[in-house]
Amino acid sequence: MWTWFYKLASPPYVFGAAAALAPWLFGAAALAIAYGLIAGLGIAPPDYQQGEAFRMIYVHVPSAILSVTVYTVMAVASAVALIWRIKVGHAVAAASAPIGASFTLMTLVTGSLWGRPMWGTYWAWDPRLTSELILLFLYVGVMSLRSAFEDPARGDRAAALLAVVGVVNVPIVHFSVVWWNSLHQGATIVTLEGPKMPGSMLWPLLSMWLGFMLFYGAVLCIRVQGEVLNRERQSAWVREAIKS
Amino acid sequence: MSDFWSMGGYARYVWPCFGFAGIVLLWNIWSARRHLDAAKIRAARALAMAASEAP
Amino acid sequence: MTVGAWEAFWLIVHREMRLSFRRPEQLLQPLVFFLIVTTLFPLGLSLQLSLLRDIAPGVLWVAALLSSLLSLDSLFKSDADDGTLEQLALSGHGLTVIVAAKTLAHWLLTGLALVLVSPIVGTALGIPTEAFATMLLSLAMGTLTLSWLGAIGAGLTIGLRRGNVLLSLIVLPLATPLLIFGAAATERAISGASVVGALYFLAALCVFTCTLAPFAAAAALRITLE
Repeated sequence: MWTWFYKLASPPYVFGAAAALAPWLFGAAALAIAYGLIAGLGIAPPDYQQGEAFRMIYVHVPSAILSVTVYTVMAVASAVALIWRIKVGHAVAAASAPIGASFTLMTLVTGSLWGRPMWGTYWAWDPRLTSELILLFLYVGVMSLRSAFEDPARGDRAAALLAVVGVVNVPIVHFSVVWWNSLHQGATIVTLEGPKMPGSMLWPLLSMWLGFMLFYGAVLCIRVQGEVLNRERQSAWVREAIKS
Repeated sequence: MSDFWSMGGYARYVWPCFGFAGIVLLWNIWSARRHLDAAKIRAARALAMAASEAP
Repeated sequence: MTVGAWEAFWLIVHREMRLSFRRPEQLLQPLVFFLIVTTLFPLGLSLQLSLLRDIAPGVLWVAALLSSLLSLDSLFKSDADDGTLEQLALSGHGLTVIVAAKTLAHWLLTGLALVLVSPIVGTALGIPTEAFATMLLSLAMGTLTLSWLGAIGAGLTIGLRRGNVLLSLIVLPLATPLLIFGAAATERAISGASVVGALYFLAALCVFTCTLAPFAAAAALRITLE
């Protein structure tokens, strides 16, 4: 069973697997997002309080979840790379950073556009939005640190340590909705009594979430190929691999 | 149908919102492809240099 | 003569303090910066003392954060420049002990100094004396935590070009929970509400950081030095 795990540490294996997986992940993501958009924009009824504006939840919430999930993946990959010295971990972390940062930006912009009609302001310094902004700074910090080193291997290790240290902020983001009173909606999806949203509103949201996750996987596959190539340029297997 | 486009009057928030999300998704695909292509070119160059240096 | 870990720790703390006191002007810089920054706010806003009180906790904390950041760059720099850091690393006492000693010394010289000066600054910003106890306690815990976060950042950025800017870029986002709880505690003290919750959270952050940061900072140094 563990042979599968060991294969993941092999750069040529990861390169090949990513290349093969990417189209499937893109296809599945497209399906999930298509259903989410059609059902969310067309089928779900308007919200009692927010009217049609609530539909922005279908991009805002999935991107928020992704922004935090991708950071966690980046931190886990970094930890694996640091502890077991598996270079593929650095490739995954480096590939994930710009994707996660873009999702964080998406969360902030969609949240701002959603906030304007709902709370009357394009920006509010409430804990959730502020934490998302800090998350963006953390992403930028990791990416800047990696590129500041002349020796790429050292840059990888420094950025990895920073990612692991920064991941402590991720639970603070998650729990800030609970810790403080804020403008933001309370945790609507998962509460102890079960989801508060009716099914017709919930299913498109879950589908968009799934679609975004699959999309991240797909883009990660593309990026990680490039990151692996950059770290393994001199290796023998590269000659065959880049002929495609 | 025009009800759909006007989104209950919130159109000028809803559509830019989805539009920006779409732009970010497209950027991700474009940027990743560009990154991979550049990496392949650099790898080919490195291999060519190593081959020409070999005795 | 071999030296135990505790002895090495205190020797290094002692060394840092003595080296710093040879250049007292350097010690004053963060303090003066602290005073200047807090002066800028009333000048920029031209508020009466009673209105200034509303923004005082935030201003105080931001100024303290920035002042601490200023001096973090030198935490490892001079020792890294002349090779002392590598000698210390090779000394066999473990980087964790060395890092802990240097960071404690840094806090004693910078953070603690800021805490001692804060009543002056607090008065200038209109903070009532009843709130001073909370202000001092929160600043003490906050600056200590910040010294530790800064040690991690400093360890990662030794010798990098624009390392100073990168250091701030790394440390400030990590320090925002500190700022939130510290300023909230001070503000609640001013308005008379209960400060216990905020102080407990601040203390939790402080203990958490002081426990784990030495290992992270040592790991950072190992990455940079090898």
